[in-house]
Amino acid sequence: MQTFLATCIVAGTPLLFAIIGEIMTERSGSLNLGVEGMMLLGAVAGFVTAMSTKNPGLALLGAALAGAGGALIYAILTVTFRANQTVTGLTLTIFGTGVTSFIGQPLLGSTIPSEVSAFFAKRALPLLSDLPFIGRILFRQDVFVYFGYALCIVSAVYLYRTRPGLNLIAVGENTAAADASGIRVDAYKYAHILAGGALCGLGGAYLSIVRIPIWQVDVVAGRGWIAVALVIFASWNPLKAFFAAMLFGGLSILGLRLQAMGLSFSQYLVDMVPYLATIVIVILSTRKDGKGNLGPANMSRPYFREDR
Amino acid sequence: MTGVRVTKRDVMPRNKEYAVRLLAVALSIVFAGVILLLFGLNPIKIFQSLIVGSIGTKMRIKQTLIKAIPLCIASLGISVAFKMKFWNIGAEGQITLGATAATFVALNLGSDVPRPLMLAAMMIAAVVAGGLWAFIPAIFKARLGTNETIFTLMLNYIAIKFVMYLQYGPWIDPAAQGFPKIAKFSGNAVLPDVFGVHAGWIIALVLVAFVYVFMNKTKKGYEVNVVGQSVETARYAGMNIGSIIVVAMLMSGGMCGIAGMIQASAIEKSLTYSIGNNYGFTAIITAWLARLNAVAILFVCIAFAMLIQGGAYIQIAMNVPSSVASIVQGTILFFVLGSEFFLQYRIVRMRDAQKEVA
Repeated sequence: MQTFLATCIVAGTPLLFAIIGEIMTERSGSLNLGVEGMMLLGAVAGFVTAMSTKNPGLALLGAALAGAGGALIYAILTVTFRANQTVTGLTLTIFGTGVTSFIGQPLLGSTIPSEVSAFFAKRALPLLSDLPFIGRILFRQDVFVYFGYALCIVSAVYLYRTRPGLNLIAVGENTAAADASGIRVDAYKYAHILAGGALCGLGGAYLSIVRIPIWQVDVVAGRGWIAVALVIFASWNPLKAFFAAMLFGGLSILGLRLQAMGLSFSQYLVDMVPYLATIVIVILSTRKDGKGNLGPANMSRPYFREDR
Repeated sequence: MTGVRVTKRDVMPRNKEYAVRLLAVALSIVFAGVILLLFGLNPIKIFQSLIVGSIGTKMRIKQTLIKAIPLCIASLGISVAFKMKFWNIGAEGQITLGATAATFVALNLGSDVPRPLMLAAMMIAAVVAGGLWAFIPAIFKARLGTNETIFTLMLNYIAIKFVMYLQYGPWIDPAAQGFPKIAKFSGNAVLPDVFGVHAGWIIALVLVAFVYVFMNKTKKGYEVNVVGQSVETARYAGMNIGSIIVVAMLMSGGMCGIAGMIQASAIEKSLTYSIGNNYGFTAIITAWLARLNAVAILFVCIAFAMLIQGGAYIQIAMNVPSSVASIVQGTILFFVLGSEFFLQYRIVRMRDAQKEVA
């Protein structure tokens, strides 16, 4: 059981980064459907940097920059040029997929250098890893996972306990009022769309560097889209994002687990479960009365000061 | 005092609008060239090969048209949904399930059924299956207001996994000696060629006319437009928004289903889980570039089919990954999306603006 839960965390970590990235983006009033594309860009950039520099830190930096680069295209088009967010995000995914498979083609089958893999090996944290039950689940992981825990806490504190975080919420809820109160709306949007993209890039890099350290076609396999849905499930809260990510990490490895228990069934039908569960969550989070899970009130609306 | 200011502009004259769009496409090609340069490729050679590879010989023109057919039909389907601002990104799954239903008919109706009857039955099955796959998110949207973007997208994955399940499980062809393949269709389930290209092109042209007339000349089509412009207006006018969404999505998914049937019948002559071949996603780009106009979709899809076919050609001839084509596609759409800003707003120098006021 503990081993299974520990694996849930490993499987959920790429989702965690992407969900928190998208939370930051959506809090600024931008629905970026390019998560899948940005994760792919991060995955390939992280992989290439890891191969060429053999330096784990640079690999992560490369992944974050690639994700942020994709997000920059989105930010320029939707914030400055006020383009349709839905179509721009979709295009970013198509573009990111194209760039990734172009760069990735000659890499097919290559593996991450051992120096980098060693850095991401499992490390038990002193004291914490000896805690009963949860110690083995939470604190015998790789550094990337610990980074994910930190990200959850830091982003929650940022969002709810700091001036810029509260300003960000204001921008997403009522852009015009935020603008009137002197918040630099466009700067906030740019900063958080870019930060969101960087986190998505890191989520992709976890997949290509740690989880599956051999380059293959479509490493992300729809996780970016699931992350977009899980933002709703997490109700735009970075702490809840942790549970959403772990739950779905668990669902994605459920098939293997059940097969290991000796149950026989089609792998392809079990593979559907995370996607079906995502649909159920999207349905359940629909509230017709307009209360609760609708997200930042001014999401998806291009802001034009003169329209105020 | 100098500086710039952005203001909304009045409606732009048609010819100026086209000029802006053409300029955007031209700039995007230049920019795509720069990206190719960064990847260490010679952009002029690539663009040249894309053209030679797509229309250089009669055979390649035929291949281009064959790729334009499913793209065009799926774009038409998407355009109806997008007009309503219903973000149907489930075309890939609707294509896949349309193909699956058509395959079910083709493999079970028997090889002695006359071809027209067989093809008609396959097409009806495909329309029903594609329409049903679009109906599920539509009814949730209509009744509960459920977000359709993620819903339709997840249905893609489920449809593809379902066909994988069939291909590796119950539908595996025993004659394929263990290979996970579904049986080939018999001749009566294969679309015939008309003037050298399979008859799908006739279906595509008929659907272009159908969607054009539906959107511009019928009451339902008008209602779809109104819902897309403003749900409030539609409600105020007493329209039944739920039923409009459902009908439009049945059409949208049904057309994507037909695209799947054509791919199964004329191209694969069987079913594979990758039958959608990303047409469902590329069709989103083409539908948007064509401004959701049925006639424009036809031409944009032919242009994009050239990119796809040219991409396949450069992969073989120059050993350059065909994904170059999707990079170029994405770049074009980025620029066109950006150019729409200049159609709605204009940039005024501060001093000029003051003069206007004075």
